[in-house]
Amino acid sequence: MPDLSTHQLHFSYTDRPVFEHVSMHLKPGEMLALLGANGAGKTTLLKTLARHLKPTSGEIFLDAKPLTKLSRRGLAQQLAMMPQHENRGASLSVYDVVSLGRTPHCGWLMPLNNNDRSIIDQALSSTGLTELQNRSVHEISGGEWRRMILARALAQDASVLLLDEPTSGLDLKYQHDCLERVRNLTHDRKLITVTTLHDLNQAAMFADRLALLANRELIAIGPPDQVLTTDLIRQAFSIEVAIMKHPMHGTPLVVPCSGAMSRTAKTQARST
Amino acid sequence: MKRELLILLVAFGLLLALAVSSLAVGAVPIPMSDVVDWMLNKQDSGLSVAQRTILWDLRLPRIFIACLVGGSLAAAGVGFQGLFRNVLADPYVIGASSGAALGATLVVVAGVKLSLGGLGASVIGPMLGSVAVVLVVFVVGSLGRHASALTLLLAGIAISSMTNAIVSLLMFLNDQKAIVILSWLMGSLAGSDWSVVRVASVAAPLGFLLLWGLARQMDAFLLGDSASQSLGLSLLQFRMLMIVGASLLTASAVGAAGIIGFVGLIAPQIARLLIGAKHCWLIPMSSCVGAIILVVGDAIARTVVAPAELPVGIVTAMLGCPFFLSLLLSSKTAGRM
Repeated sequence: MPDLSTHQLHFSYTDRPVFEHVSMHLKPGEMLALLGANGAGKTTLLKTLARHLKPTSGEIFLDAKPLTKLSRRGLAQQLAMMPQHENRGASLSVYDVVSLGRTPHCGWLMPLNNNDRSIIDQALSSTGLTELQNRSVHEISGGEWRRMILARALAQDASVLLLDEPTSGLDLKYQHDCLERVRNLTHDRKLITVTTLHDLNQAAMFADRLALLANRELIAIGPPDQVLTTDLIRQAFSIEVAIMKHPMHGTPLVVPCSGAMSRTAKTQARST
Repeated sequence: MKRELLILLVAFGLLLALAVSSLAVGAVPIPMSDVVDWMLNKQDSGLSVAQRTILWDLRLPRIFIACLVGGSLAAAGVGFQGLFRNVLADPYVIGASSGAALGATLVVVAGVKLSLGGLGASVIGPMLGSVAVVLVVFVVGSLGRHASALTLLLAGIAISSMTNAIVSLLMFLNDQKAIVILSWLMGSLAGSDWSVVRVASVAAPLGFLLLWGLARQMDAFLLGDSASQSLGLSLLQFRMLMIVGASLLTASAVGAAGIIGFVGLIAPQIARLLIGAKHCWLIPMSSCVGAIILVVGDAIARTVVAPAELPVGIVTAMLGCPFFLSLLLSSKTAGRM
């Protein structure tokens, strides 16, 4: 199982960088949650890791090999990306979409063999979609759709999973379902998972490490109790919070102090 | 048997039956039984020499071309609709028709009489024109750093308008030849002979096989740029192959029959409603539907006002439209990719 690392990653659409100096190292069996305010560059970083965007400078290594040295297909055999949005208008069936996950392995022309089919069936059953497999994509709910994309990523049998806000648009049960499923898969199959999340408490509960993006840099990366501090959160989200201990899991619990910041806190935040 | 395969076989059987029966109709009606005899055994049929000439030199190549043109336009339509993820795209969306019109107009205006491999300038001109304009659109539309299918589409629309303007200008300056150009622009199968069949039956199947080979990539591409990339699709290469395949099909169609609208837009929709969106089925099914529309349309075009004929595009649009609307209103998945 390969390691995933980035070295001094830098990306900009225009003259103004989205992020710079991003260096990190991820080991198999690890789930990293990427946190940051809106527009902090979480999705851009994820897309750069998936090689959908070309970094302005810096390098990404998969098992000490530069990502750029891999072909698209070779990359897809090792790395699966679950985008935030996808075209949902297609009248393909759930099974068809999930089976597309096998194409990096069987190619675009060859029909699926029995091994492919059993992997697809497994991906469907581990996401609870076996009964829905003949439904058309536009007939399923948002939660089912998310699970289908996860199943496709699993069918891809990749060792690196990149998930862009896998919980957005899901109700509480499915949010936890989804994250728990991803965490268990990551630990059981020794995958590397990088996921962007908005809910800090969920991130603390499910991820092994958190990475916080703010001011165009990675300001912190480490275990939840080191990253979720009042100072770092004020820096990243410009909001005052209190950090408590989760009554059941013992993980940090972030509680916003008020909807609007007090005047003194605001001026403090500006001056720092 | 798989449901999709069954539908496809039924459609193909229907196409064959319609093609054979349309041999019998036309300005000179020939009894169906004689046509069948002639097809089974050419020598011992009760046909006169004139009737045989009509069948062999006029109707058979024409029906062949109808199938090829209808099938090509429909498959190219699926290709462009997939490439732009838009059911409103048709084979002419990135300039193939304006290019073909320019090619034809230049041939008419300049009075070119050259022929190449038995093909007249009126076939070669439009083919070259459509390929040239599509090429320009592809190069311009893929130049930018953030080039996407959308920039390609916009480049196609811009360059098409310019090409159309040149055609209008040429027609305006050469008003005595405008009627010749106009009648070409309407599209017709009347000029079909075996030399046209020969060229079209090489280029069109090549384009068809290329698109069919891309079927699974088209399924993936339908889900979005991001999704298809993470499934290992190389977007630029995919777009290029799609355009080569679809343009081969469109160019052979416009070379053989001029610009025939409607088929390339509607046949893929009908096929999608009947067989679903999976491209490995959708592409052959669309071709079958397109061929059926054109064979039937042409049979009507050459009989209703016989011995004169109507441009086939008029017939296909007038008859295809109500049929398509009834499908549209009765289906719950209409309008989806």
